[in-house]
Amino acid sequence: MKIKSIVAGLGLCFICHSSFATTVGFAQVGSESGWRTSFSESVKAEAKKRGIELKFSDAQQKQENQIKAVRSFIAQGVDAIIIAPVVETGWTPVLKEAKRARIPVVIVDRNVQVQDESLFVTRIASDFVEEGRKAATWLMSQPQAQQQCNIIELQGTVGATAAIDRAKGFNEVLAKHPQAKIVRSQTAEFTRAKGKEVMESLLKAEQGGKSICALWAHNDEMALGAIQAIKEAGLKPGKDMLVVSVDAVPDYFKAMADGEANATVELNPHLGGPAFDVIEAYLQGKKDIEKLIRTTGDLFLQDTAAAEYEKRRLN
Amino acid sequence: MTNEATVLNSHHSDQLEADQLKADQLKTARQARYSPGQSAHKFSLYLYPLLALALLLLVNVLMDPQFFSLQWQDGRLYGPLIDIVNRSAPVALLAIGMSLVIATGGIDLSVGAVMAICGAVCANLLLLGDWSIPAVIGLAVLTGVGCGLLNGVMVSYLGIQPIVATLVLMVAGRGVAQLLNQGQIVTFQNPDFAALGSGSFLGLPVPVWLVLLALLIMQLLLRRTALGLFIEAVGCNAKASRYLGIDDRGIKLAVYILAGGCAALAGIIATADIQGSDANNAGLWLELDAILAVVIGGAALTGGRFSLPRAVIGVLIIQALSTTIVVSGLPAKFNLLIKALVILLVLMLQSELFRNQLKALLSFGKARGGKA
Repeated sequence: MKIKSIVAGLGLCFICHSSFATTVGFAQVGSESGWRTSFSESVKAEAKKRGIELKFSDAQQKQENQIKAVRSFIAQGVDAIIIAPVVETGWTPVLKEAKRARIPVVIVDRNVQVQDESLFVTRIASDFVEEGRKAATWLMSQPQAQQQCNIIELQGTVGATAAIDRAKGFNEVLAKHPQAKIVRSQTAEFTRAKGKEVMESLLKAEQGGKSICALWAHNDEMALGAIQAIKEAGLKPGKDMLVVSVDAVPDYFKAMADGEANATVELNPHLGGPAFDVIEAYLQGKKDIEKLIRTTGDLFLQDTAAAEYEKRRLN
Repeated sequence: MTNEATVLNSHHSDQLEADQLKADQLKTARQARYSPGQSAHKFSLYLYPLLALALLLLVNVLMDPQFFSLQWQDGRLYGPLIDIVNRSAPVALLAIGMSLVIATGGIDLSVGAVMAICGAVCANLLLLGDWSIPAVIGLAVLTGVGCGLLNGVMVSYLGIQPIVATLVLMVAGRGVAQLLNQGQIVTFQNPDFAALGSGSFLGLPVPVWLVLLALLIMQLLLRRTALGLFIEAVGCNAKASRYLGIDDRGIKLAVYILAGGCAALAGIIATADIQGSDANNAGLWLELDAILAVVIGGAALTGGRFSLPRAVIGVLIIQALSTTIVVSGLPAKFNLLIKALVILLVLMLQSELFRNQLKALLSFGKARGGKA
């Protein structure tokens, strides 16, 4: 009798605890870029909104720090763990520990390589292919692209997933529009300086760029460098040559507000929302969750650029 | 008496002979004496790098007939050739500094990171707003000199291997730059400062003038004074130079400081060019390009000889090659492979041994062909 009541009491306590405040541990990579910072901020804000108690750990770009953080989350008995992995490999042991403790794990952003897919609930990641599609769809809807449209492509670092998938999505849409084609394609390694340098040479190889209708860059930084090169070549970026890219960094909004760039697809930093959705569904007993959930950001154009710049600059 | 006279006479002729010998020795010694820019090999030393450069330019003309065209646009020359010279500027400055370090038998891996630090210093000072351009430039150069001083002290006074000592700053320096920028890309709007990177003077881009100025000053400093000779002496044999009274430690310290100063100038150009400081990417791996340029210029990594003009030709080769690859329209994944193959070829052509072997192979083939 006594034992029964204790067990019941404990059970009640457990239910109370889990229904009042879900505790989630979040092992973040670090704060190496502006995008990463807004990603962290977005997760924190989302947790606050939903009344979830978030335990945040900054691993300073080191996997061993992340593994330590996950172990301490397990020891604290959190309800769920979110990991944004630094690297893909070496996660099996610590994920097994989490599974043994019956704590669901959600992977966000980069991938993990494990033999046993049941070690994590799901992975939530940006859909780079869809980003490429969105950029191309917008470009093909422009009046300039209805006649013959020659496009210069600035690729990201050779071999990077973001570069490969963005090119794939863009080319998919382009294939349906025979009047448009990529005439020059080179890597500018995702950096502003290389974007400027490579664009300079490409413009000269294309007779000063007068026959080019658009620039498609795999990220904003390269586009920003290329915009300077276009200006120095005596053309007006955004008017003589359309500029479209991916990321949505603050500086690019400024360029759009000034009329020097046309469109960007946001690399979605709001991965927190979908991650908490999955965790809440899982804790309520939903087990058939897809192993990969893809998200994409929105397309931003010149009309909202000035307002977005003011909003983002402060962060 | 006659005997005595003969002895005296022969003694006298011995004396004459010895004098003659001494004079001859002196003459050969004089001829063998170090004389800058007057070596018998001078022609061939310049021939092969220039040949490689000409070949690369020729390939470009074949791909794009407009390649040599120069237009006058917005008060400056405009064309692919100008681009190559302009884009070479940061690495050319690094290579000038690197030549001296390599001539002492050292190496400076930190110059790329120093570029990033100096760029970050410029960008942040400009954002503060109340700094004049000369003050910003001055402080950035001072920062570069400080970094060079750190390297120099570690190498010459603490006796740490150059590759290790400068590796410290190569890794830590980028961290310092990221810290200065707080992990972000710091951008600024300052047309006067931006002119240092993308402006022009008398029709040529400002960075090109900066390189020419640095080259001229350095060349005068090194070849019109004994400093160049001292640097080469320290590179050949530091201990022997010390016994000769050359302050080998001081010389080593000086070359690392000069390399730091050159890196600062390169960092200023790179930052002014994109009007922003990107601590993660500014000057990334450029130290390797600079070392490569110095080697293409015929310097030995073991130290003891250097030539600034040839190092600058080496930089032009590397940059012309990059432009060729971009213009060629080949898929980007081949870039590094092509670059490696061409560089290998240039280096092999420079080697006298390889040329002789090639000649022997060709004449062997000819002889065989003649017989048959």
